[in-house]
Amino acid sequence: MAAGILVFAEHHQGKPTRAAWEALAAGQRLAADLGLSLTAIALGVELSPLMAELARAKLDEVIALESPALEVYTPEGFTSAVFQLIEARQPRLIIFSHTYQARDFAPRLAARCGRALISDCLSYRREDERLILIRPVFQGKFCAETEFMGEPPYFVSFQAGSFREDSVEAGAAPARVTCQAVTLAAGTIRTRPGEVFREAKQAVDLSQAKAIVAVGRGIKGPENLELARKLAEALGAELGASRPICDNGWLSMDRQIGSSGQTVAPNLYLALGISGAIQHLVGMKGSRTVVAINKDKEAPIFEVATYGIVGDLFEIVPPLIEEIIKAKSG
Amino acid sequence: MKMAVCLKQVPARDAVLRLNSDSTWVREDDVSFEINEPDIYALEEALRLKEKQGGEVVVCTLGPERAAQALKEALAKGADRAMHLHDPAFQNLDAYATARALAAAIRQAAPDLVLTGLQADDDGFAQTGVILAEMLSWDHSTIIMEIQAQERALKVKRELEGGWFQWIEIPLPAVLTIQSGINKPRYATLKGILAAKTKPLQRLGWKELGLDEESLKPHQKITKVFTPPKSGKVEWLEGTPREVAQRLADKLKNEARVI
Repeated sequence: MAAGILVFAEHHQGKPTRAAWEALAAGQRLAADLGLSLTAIALGVELSPLMAELARAKLDEVIALESPALEVYTPEGFTSAVFQLIEARQPRLIIFSHTYQARDFAPRLAARCGRALISDCLSYRREDERLILIRPVFQGKFCAETEFMGEPPYFVSFQAGSFREDSVEAGAAPARVTCQAVTLAAGTIRTRPGEVFREAKQAVDLSQAKAIVAVGRGIKGPENLELARKLAEALGAELGASRPICDNGWLSMDRQIGSSGQTVAPNLYLALGISGAIQHLVGMKGSRTVVAINKDKEAPIFEVATYGIVGDLFEIVPPLIEEIIKAKSG
Repeated sequence: MKMAVCLKQVPARDAVLRLNSDSTWVREDDVSFEINEPDIYALEEALRLKEKQGGEVVVCTLGPERAAQALKEALAKGADRAMHLHDPAFQNLDAYATARALAAAIRQAAPDLVLTGLQADDDGFAQTGVILAEMLSWDHSTIIMEIQAQERALKVKRELEGGWFQWIEIPLPAVLTIQSGINKPRYATLKGILAAKTKPLQRLGWKELGLDEESLKPHQKITKVFTPPKSGKVEWLEGTPREVAQRLADKLKNEARVI
């Protein structure tokens, strides 16, 4: 098969993550635009159910790289395994979502190939034979058009929310599934990862939330969080916050959204009293529908909002809770 | 333990940035620079490890003349010596070439551990530390929130997404990229500032590092920098609080279809 695109599909205990589908959505678009074949790869053990799920998408092939040594993620193990596949298949483009896992090993993999990774991209553009990647610089104050130099393979990672998981096209027929046993040289994996854990007992994974109510400085004090909680409850949403709220200890750090917290892309993001510093915006701008309620009409949060309400959140939220309950039951 | 800290000088967080004349980067002549924030945490972590168990902290940067100031600041905080990778050939290097130059310097310094920030606030690559590890054939771990030193190994706490963490045992030598907030960075004392004046600051060009043109060849290139377009797509909802609430509930149900 002609050299094409490889998409790295991240999974959590055999279930594709949102990042996997977003990377696949990016891969489908690029494969169509560049006229290249599309292959998804996943690493681990007992990947058959995952392969079957990925194979339903419109792509040419899904490859499982299986080894007991890949059951738990390590940068050395994943770098070596994918490097072997790249040598065998000679793809032109390798696509990742810009997750913590990809950040951990994709630069190493690209360097092992002697090539570049253009990381954290927002979108791309094709101009004749040129592939132009658009990525944020200076923490989102500017965007940079970036291009590869030299020969492929090229490595790209896309920021969460740059492509939507629900835009993945289903295939007419299941894609070909290849299971490949991987042998890693003895001594490849030298680090010893322990169990993953959370600090707080009631920690939440906001990255998987479908709806989020987020509070910022405008909430004024911890005593007012109950209002936001009630709104979240009415919407079936998780509660999140901008950094100052968590720094003050009003909410636990695991509810922080932004560059130093979680990156989220829910269907609904309702921002209460958040001005929208860039560090916050990079963590939520992939959200589909954004509602912003803020006193200041010039607040940057309105730049990414679908619906904007300029006003006092303490006057607006109580009737809003009632209206949402009404609308849901209606 | 001998440690090296790779740091970068970037425009100050509150600097007003303007594009340069050919829109390929920002104008650097009229902005103030500071040490990249995550790198400050990396330096602090190295200084604390040294205070606990002895050793040496070498700070290393690649950048133009102005970057020497970042090294002086690090020396004032307690680093022992500095390496300034400075050469006309080092202008506008990408992450790969920067890592290659740093790797050459690190081989000369021969530390047990390299610490650096998880990413630079200017280009935001979040790659240089990891590529450096590959070029040195050392192990690495990223986004580290705690370091416990052991015999010829480290136990490091890696931040994962969604509030998850993981302890990882990593043998030395190794490269770690440090997350902001891992510690509370110190300020330089007057004594430290005075002491820094006599500490060695070594300047290294591509020849001293044994590099050739081929090894600095870019693999990616910024062709244009621009201000993100304002979407202006916001639909304003106006009226009394009750009216606004009704309209929003209606929009969320019938237009956005999220409730």
